[in-house]
Amino acid sequence: MLLSALIFLPLLYAAVIGALPRTEWIRPTALALSLVHLILGLGIFLQFEKGVAALQLVEKTPWLEQFGVHYFVGIDGISLWLVVMTLALTPLVILGSWTSIENRTKTFHVSLFALLTTMLGSFLAMDAILFYIFFEASLIPMYFMIGIWGGPRRIYATVKFFVYTMLGSLLMLAAIIALMLMTAHQMGGQMSASLLDFYQLQIPFVAGEWLTTQTLLMFAFAIAFAIKVPMFPFHTWLPDAHVEAPTPGSVILAAVMLKMGSYGFMRMAFPLFPDAIEYWAWLFVFISAFGIVYGALVAMVQPDIKKLVAYSSVSHMGYIMLGLFAFNIFGMTGGLYQMLNHGISTGALFLLVGMIYERTHSRQISDYGGLAQAAPWFSIVFLIVTMSSIAVPLTNGFVGEFLILLGAFSASKIYGAIAVTGVILGAAYMLWMVKRVFFGPLSPMLSKYSPEKLDMNWREKVLMAPLVVLIFWMGILPNHFLDWSRESLEHLVNNRYTYELSIHEKDGHDGR
Amino acid sequence: MISSDVLLATLVLAPLIGFFINGLRFRSSDCQTAGIIASGAAIISFITSVVLTLRLVALPKDGRQITAHFFDWMLVGDFSAQVSFLVDPISAIMILVVTGVGSLIHIFSIGYMSHDARPAKYFAYLNLFLFNMLLLVLGDNLLIMFVGWEGVGLCSYLLIGFWFTDKEKAAAGMKAFITNRIGDAGFLLGIFTLFFAFGTVNFAELAARMPEVAEVGWTGPIALACLFLFIGATGKSAQIPLYVWLPDAMAGPTPVSALIHAATMVTAGVYMIVRMSHVFVLAPNVMMLIAVVGALTALLAALIGFTQNDIKKVLAYSTVSQLGFMFLGVGVGAFMPAMFHLMTHAFFKALMFLGSGSVIHAMHEEQDIRKMGGLAKKMPITHGTFLIGWLAIIGIPPFAGFFSKDEILWYTMAGKMGHPLLWLIGALAAIGTAFYMTRLMALVFWGESRVDSKVHPHEAPLNMTIPLIILAVLSLVGGWVGIPHALAQFIPGHPPHLLGDWIKPALVPLDLEAGPVVLELILMLVSVVLASVSAWFAYDSYLKNKARPTEIKERLGKAYDIVANKYYVDEFYFGKIINPLVGLSKGLWAYVDVNFIDKTTYFLADLVQGGGRALRSLHNGNLQQYAMYIVVGLLLALFYVLY
Repeated sequence: MLLSALIFLPLLYAAVIGALPRTEWIRPTALALSLVHLILGLGIFLQFEKGVAALQLVEKTPWLEQFGVHYFVGIDGISLWLVVMTLALTPLVILGSWTSIENRTKTFHVSLFALLTTMLGSFLAMDAILFYIFFEASLIPMYFMIGIWGGPRRIYATVKFFVYTMLGSLLMLAAIIALMLMTAHQMGGQMSASLLDFYQLQIPFVAGEWLTTQTLLMFAFAIAFAIKVPMFPFHTWLPDAHVEAPTPGSVILAAVMLKMGSYGFMRMAFPLFPDAIEYWAWLFVFISAFGIVYGALVAMVQPDIKKLVAYSSVSHMGYIMLGLFAFNIFGMTGGLYQMLNHGISTGALFLLVGMIYERTHSRQISDYGGLAQAAPWFSIVFLIVTMSSIAVPLTNGFVGEFLILLGAFSASKIYGAIAVTGVILGAAYMLWMVKRVFFGPLSPMLSKYSPEKLDMNWREKVLMAPLVVLIFWMGILPNHFLDWSRESLEHLVNNRYTYELSIHEKDGHDGR
Repeated sequence: MISSDVLLATLVLAPLIGFFINGLRFRSSDCQTAGIIASGAAIISFITSVVLTLRLVALPKDGRQITAHFFDWMLVGDFSAQVSFLVDPISAIMILVVTGVGSLIHIFSIGYMSHDARPAKYFAYLNLFLFNMLLLVLGDNLLIMFVGWEGVGLCSYLLIGFWFTDKEKAAAGMKAFITNRIGDAGFLLGIFTLFFAFGTVNFAELAARMPEVAEVGWTGPIALACLFLFIGATGKSAQIPLYVWLPDAMAGPTPVSALIHAATMVTAGVYMIVRMSHVFVLAPNVMMLIAVVGALTALLAALIGFTQNDIKKVLAYSTVSQLGFMFLGVGVGAFMPAMFHLMTHAFFKALMFLGSGSVIHAMHEEQDIRKMGGLAKKMPITHGTFLIGWLAIIGIPPFAGFFSKDEILWYTMAGKMGHPLLWLIGALAAIGTAFYMTRLMALVFWGESRVDSKVHPHEAPLNMTIPLIILAVLSLVGGWVGIPHALAQFIPGHPPHLLGDWIKPALVPLDLEAGPVVLELILMLVSVVLASVSAWFAYDSYLKNKARPTEIKERLGKAYDIVANKYYVDEFYFGKIINPLVGLSKGLWAYVDVNFIDKTTYFLADLVQGGGRALRSLHNGNLQQYAMYIVVGLLLALFYVLY
């Protein structure tokens, strides 16, 4: 029952928030509920068994029986940390939006909890239709978040975001239906939407031909996920969405929603279409590596801090995809680890940019300068997060980036070498920005504010502390995290062509 | 007896704890307390280093190794990165130098930073640097070394930009970090290449695998790995073509220049190659490249030293040049002499940087040597100690630099992997060094005073002069641990080459087949005479015939300008690489993102919208029109059926 509780309790929380009579109760209640939910979520660690590749904590009940659609959720080493990250970020997002979301706080928190349901649902669903519903439904709260609480061009941004993502998902829906029909054909007449059954399918593939089933289906899934990630050239919705989104929207978008794309590759595109993915890997590897360099270069010349961070996401997501497409244990592990790292470091960067924007109402790098002397705590935290983002050893970013590069290099020397140049460019765009924002004499705009007002308050310190701790914890003791995912990742890498996922029966009576 | 694990942990963690204590009270302006905490941490590390080294001495000659495994860092597939340390004769020298010279510089800083607003922050960074440097030298595998390698780069960035309100200083820090990152990217590729060739990045395991390998040429994994690692070394150790950050790094506080940018961090590249000597000797082409790059760097940087008027810049180029000597050494297989020079250079260059710090402190932050002169009388201790450093660097016996530099030059000339041409470049660089260092002495300490009348230079306080005196003593006696056999035979008691005996068992066994003793003695004599003549010439030019430097400068004309402008390398990097890259990026953003991709999507969206609009006009509710569609449809169907 734990997973279902995790998925659906947020809807109850949303109802509670909706029923609150007084506005000033909303934020504390939401924070408390999200913390309770996080603690509940940490309960996974009590039940989840390490060293098992199979699906755990499974719940399965028939839903639309004639189509073989089930309410089917489960967790394994691939989804585990993404779920935990999503849970852990929610209280931080609520705390981070404490003062920045000024109007319609009730609607905001209701949307937030609705979003939580859909995000967790996407990571936990093991039925393709259920997955699709959560995957699509997550767009709606985010659409409102950007559209209601966003910046001046919010409508343009949110429509662009919605239409772009929607377009990809429609292709995926068609492909899911095709796969369901195939299950009926191959598995004795009964249609099924279970991913576990999908994994068993024999999907015809002819190398070199465009119009074979596997290739077409693979592209239908891959384009949907590539837009979500986003991979070059489908990335242009991202900078707009990020710049216009309110801070909590940006954080969730970067930290969690982009990961739905890369997770989709790991969960579906890779094991379902191994031949087609392998055959077309060169294309994905190329656009990943291109995206790393392209995102970094474009980030370098952004005049707006938030846009810079958004383009840095394009670069970082390029790393993640490059790692996954290396198809070896280093790249796959590094890719998964970097998904978490990117969630932490980019999430933290958006929170920090939000904090300073709230005070000065400017995100133009040229307005800043000398912030380090005016706001030392803010600067220290920003610098630590920057180190994580540019993958300095002993921060989490290094572990992920190193493994990805190791994986990429072992798959292809050339792409490994191209990706390594991203290490240089990453340092260049981040440190150049840091230099212009934090160093030098105090800028005229900043000298209008008193230092006490500019620096972090206690709420913001509390909010950033867990992220800083995680940056070093994950950087120094990565095995604490990797140990939980090792089996699942190795299972995926080693059995990519004959992938199947069984259901782990705990003590003989697992909740089915 | 305390176990070696505990000692090693103490050695590394003491500075880290110091960092946390000072880091948490970073706003404090109490220099005394912060300095005592940080120096205390450094001294604890030094004492543990001494104890560890003594334990090493007690071990039999072939088994001098103390190892400690702490925990597994990353375990993925068959890649494992261990946090484990190795103390052997090579790293023992490094930890002694790093913590010993480091402690002295910490103590010196208490006086130097006494007027600064944020001394606690400064000392926190300094301790963090020590921690990372110790990781770098103690790691028993390339990955831990890389952790320290990037960590010291980070500290260097923070300390160069310590006075960040000055835009140029902040820019210098950034330049250092990014330039180093280029090297680090090479280092990473080196790690990958070795891992895929041998399945390990552990030094001992790599060394053990080497005898199986037979490869020559440029493209084998060993040659590639060595090349990549050497790129890493050119970044960290400021060699051609990545040396450009080091002169700018002088923007940091002077003790930082002494510790990081002279004595320890910049020598990491040399240490790395010595540590990997088993691997590098299998890539003779790369070794040759290293020797050539080292020799050229030694000479070209020395030439720039002729033209600089900032006391720290002169020392910075001198450091680049001396590092070139060390690379020349490792390049010709003279690993031991390179380590020897690394050690003596740490003494005399730290001495001279701290001396220059004492001068700058006394001159109220004036760094232009044209505005100094005659300081010897005002600052006798600084002058006396600087004098010893000067004698050491220009290679006058019995000062430390003589022994180490001559040993490198000797192997360059007579060793199996050396070449007379390389020796010639090295010797020219040594002659140049004698000239520009004497020029520095003459302009700063000797002759009449050109000091601004408002400034009253005075000798530094004891906590600054005592480190100077200790370093001066080391700059004198530091070379006596490596008296070459050719000279030792004339000295009563025939002192052994202590350093050679100490370090050689840890290196790859390599017979360099050096030439006859007579030749060695002649070369020694030649280099001492040439250095003396060069020094005398500089002395004469800057104190007696003062018109001569200007005359020479004018006669050289364009050539002088090129050297004075550092061969326009920075201009080249900015003009030909960085600015075009920024331009390209702006172009990508404007044309690819905004104009191409977005416009394409708008076009597609318009197409869909337009199509919808066109179709919408079909069902406009007009009944006659619908009737016409039916007729047309029927006609078409009829047409299809009939034909």
